[in-house]
Amino acid sequence: MSCIVGSLSELSLKDRVFLRGYRWRRIDPVPWSPLRKPLSECRVALVSSAGLVAPRQARFDARMRGGDPSFREIPDGIAMGSLIDSHRSRSFDHEGIRRDPNLALPIDRLHELAASGRIGEPNRRHISFMGSLTATGTFVRQTAPAAAELLVEDGADVALLVPV
Amino acid sequence: MCSQAVCLMAAELERRGISTAAIVLLRHIAEKVRPPRALFVPFRHGYPLDAPGDPARQRAVLLALLRTLEDPDLRPPALVDF
Repeated sequence: MSCIVGSLSELSLKDRVFLRGYRWRRIDPVPWSPLRKPLSECRVALVSSAGLVAPRQARFDARMRGGDPSFREIPDGIAMGSLIDSHRSRSFDHEGIRRDPNLALPIDRLHELAASGRIGEPNRRHISFMGSLTATGTFVRQTAPAAAELLVEDGADVALLVPV
Repeated sequence: MCSQAVCLMAAELERRGISTAAIVLLRHIAEKVRPPRALFVPFRHGYPLDAPGDPARQRAVLLALLRTLEDPDLRPPALVDF
């Protein structure tokens, strides 16, 4: 079967059947926080759903029904090569992220953007979670508010979010 | 499912006053879930910045993502093509 990127045809038949019947969680009303200052003055955090963990951090639980809703804090200064892919999904090719974690958590790219003056500075930490969540209740009620609280405490102005 | 979770996280961050821009890999999920500000990229799952080991290409995607934050004409939910 031909594969069209950005469409369900990329996925397995089992995944496509599941997703066609899945009730997506609709954001309503849609919140909106415009930039309050130029990007060149903004502190920027990354949020990735690639299930990356730092050494000595617990891996995401692949067996949890509905998906593991927890998150990990990734220090900005981490050695990118030390990150571990613990995402449970078999719906995507893990090879690229294992070869180059910047593909899903682009900390090195963020530093380059700061060095060039395009953004102010990277936040001191970033957020990693495993996006393979079919049950999103705990994620919405607990995980997202807790992660947001950390970034608010840090004074982050902007978050860039990267799924896999 | 990753795209949905990222969208939900973006909404919470925006509620807390943090401006967000989210990559999405499936356009129809973004249309259903409605994150505040999203960039649809035509890349395979697992390759949200397209090319491993290609900093210039990854930067190009991130720069497009940043531009969505600066576009004064966008209104929520904003969905932009890369």
